[in-house]
Amino acid sequence: MSKETPLWEVFVRPRNGLSHKHCGSLHAADEVMALQAARDTYTRRGEGLSIWVVPSKSIFASDPDQTAENFDPSVDKVYRHPTFYDIPEEVGHM
Amino acid sequence: MYSQGLIGADGATTETEEFLAAFQARIDREEKIEPNDPMPEGYRKTLVRQIGQHAHSEIVGMLPEGNWITRAPSLRRKAALLAKVQDEGGHGLYLYSAAETLGVTREQMTEELITGKAKYSSIFNYPTPTWADMGTIGWLVDGAAIMNQIPLCRCSYGPYARAMIRVCKEESFHQRQGYELLISLCNGTKEQKEMAQDSINRWWWPSLMMFGPHDAESSHSEQSMKWKIKRFSNDELRQKFIDATVPQAEYLGLTVPDPDLKWNPKKNNGKGGYDHGEINWDEFWQVVKGHGQMNRDRIKARKKAWEDGAWVRDAALAHAEKRAARQTQQAAE
Amino acid sequence: MSNALFNALLELGDDHLILGHRVSEWCGHAPLLEEDLAMPNMALDNIGASRNLYTYAGEVEGKGRDEDQLAYLRMDREYKNCLLVERPNEDFAHTMLRQLYFAAFMEPYWQAALSSTDETIRGIAGKAVKEMAYHIRHAGEWVIRLGDGTTESAERMKAAVVEMTPYVEELFVMSDDAKACAEQGILPDREALRTQWGQTISNIFDQALLELPDVKFPQLGGRIGHHGEEMGFLLAQLQYVQRAYPGMSW
Repeated sequence: MSKETPLWEVFVRPRNGLSHKHCGSLHAADEVMALQAARDTYTRRGEGLSIWVVPSKSIFASDPDQTAENFDPSVDKVYRHPTFYDIPEEVGHM
Repeated sequence: MYSQGLIGADGATTETEEFLAAFQARIDREEKIEPNDPMPEGYRKTLVRQIGQHAHSEIVGMLPEGNWITRAPSLRRKAALLAKVQDEGGHGLYLYSAAETLGVTREQMTEELITGKAKYSSIFNYPTPTWADMGTIGWLVDGAAIMNQIPLCRCSYGPYARAMIRVCKEESFHQRQGYELLISLCNGTKEQKEMAQDSINRWWWPSLMMFGPHDAESSHSEQSMKWKIKRFSNDELRQKFIDATVPQAEYLGLTVPDPDLKWNPKKNNGKGGYDHGEINWDEFWQVVKGHGQMNRDRIKARKKAWEDGAWVRDAALAHAEKRAARQTQQAAE
Repeated sequence: MSNALFNALLELGDDHLILGHRVSEWCGHAPLLEEDLAMPNMALDNIGASRNLYTYAGEVEGKGRDEDQLAYLRMDREYKNCLLVERPNEDFAHTMLRQLYFAAFMEPYWQAALSSTDETIRGIAGKAVKEMAYHIRHAGEWVIRLGDGTTESAERMKAAVVEMTPYVEELFVMSDDAKACAEQGILPDREALRTQWGQTISNIFDQALLELPDVKFPQLGGRIGHHGEEMGFLLAQLQYVQRAYPGMSW
């Protein structure tokens, strides 16, 4: 049974101005083939301007069990959410 | 496939009551479970099996339709068929990708497929002897698939749900392409109409079998429903499919090969629906267990592609190692 | 002139259809799933270009023949594709090399055709030139990886070079019809593309540890319908439904 072809995660920027979004993964031996495969797999219908591929093993993820530490403090800081501010009606949509 | 994937699935799990309750609470809140989240082993195993079978179905599904690419009778049909089969490969890829987030590799899954350990949807074990089958498959088989896939877009497991959203976006082209092909045949000559009728005669019942056994015989459905891996029962979806499809057959001027098919105004809480004949469950189990007409040929084809391709994959890996070594050397200089 | 252009367009249409057809034979059987997406992509590009070329050819001929009548209903000896594209797939090395050889020619061809005196040709070229650039990259990267991969892949790649290179010369040879079109500035001069083809190939072959052999006896004949035995079987599949059910719409 042959060796395993490495796994890559694919990120695509769909339109100018937006950030890259994770869309899935694929297998390729190196980054050149990974980029070409990403184009064929994830942008066949013209869904993207820019593609990033990252070896899956290079991605470090936060531990879901530590969600409380990482994220709770921000939830208290209510002023980060736009709904906190009262904008007078006359100013229009903001 | 999707519901057939639960045949023989083992949702047994050994976690504590508290753990399971906390997990169930998340599911009940319609939260998505993501790859690194704590999950019951039964949940993980059921998903690996279901997503794996779904992925294998897409890949094996390339073969019955791929059978007609070189013989497609017009350039437009040739291009459309090639694009459809390519999409199916792509769907398989998204699904393998989703399964891999659960700790199984594509190589392991491929090994299971070619040794016959893993299953794929029974529908692809039927042959495609005529061009009309290209239309019927798009219309009935993709139609049945869509019925299953749309609810799966809201499945509890994030990567699977997201893969399904991507798949569903691409799927509607498939069903329309098939149905439009049949419209051409049914508006054509006597021979073309006969070809279309012969095709639905062979594919109607196998398409109904795609939805899996009767609910009463579906042993693992309940747990899968609770975990929101499965959102509707087999019979519910099958009935929905029949009710949607019969009028489409009538529009084509084709006869559904079921003498017991009959409109029943009291069905579906008074909205009406079709009563239909009993499925040949012997045939269903025979095919699921590996004894359909094309089972052996499908596995042979996938095995050959994988084994014949080993030298290519090995070469790519060997080259990648050489490149990496050269880059390290250059960096050191 | 229109007869010369009609024939020259058939040469191009047939090149693209037959190559696309060959590549499409891999669908469902590729060495890895990612290539089961990449190869149909290339096949679709080739078939798409052939459709544009046949449609225009039919208009130029002016006898009401459409893309399908031209693609499906000519007799074997009336096909004008070069021999390279009808060669059997053999293995992945042969397939990638054939794609590279063809695209390395068609990219500069379409590039030159952007300055054609004919508007339709310019339009076809505009789309096709981008596609050919991608084919060179994709097929080229594979030729490199197979040439400089394992012992087995290098052997297979070298065998492909020996097998395929005798068919290259025909790409540069112009039929009388192609010459007439070149003189009118409608289609490019094929001869003039040798240097660029050579540069593209040598750049890739250097990295692939391959050498382009000197071909003493190039194989010609496709333009006058002297095809190999494989062509009959290819057409038997391609034309089957149209021949078995004549005169119907699909």
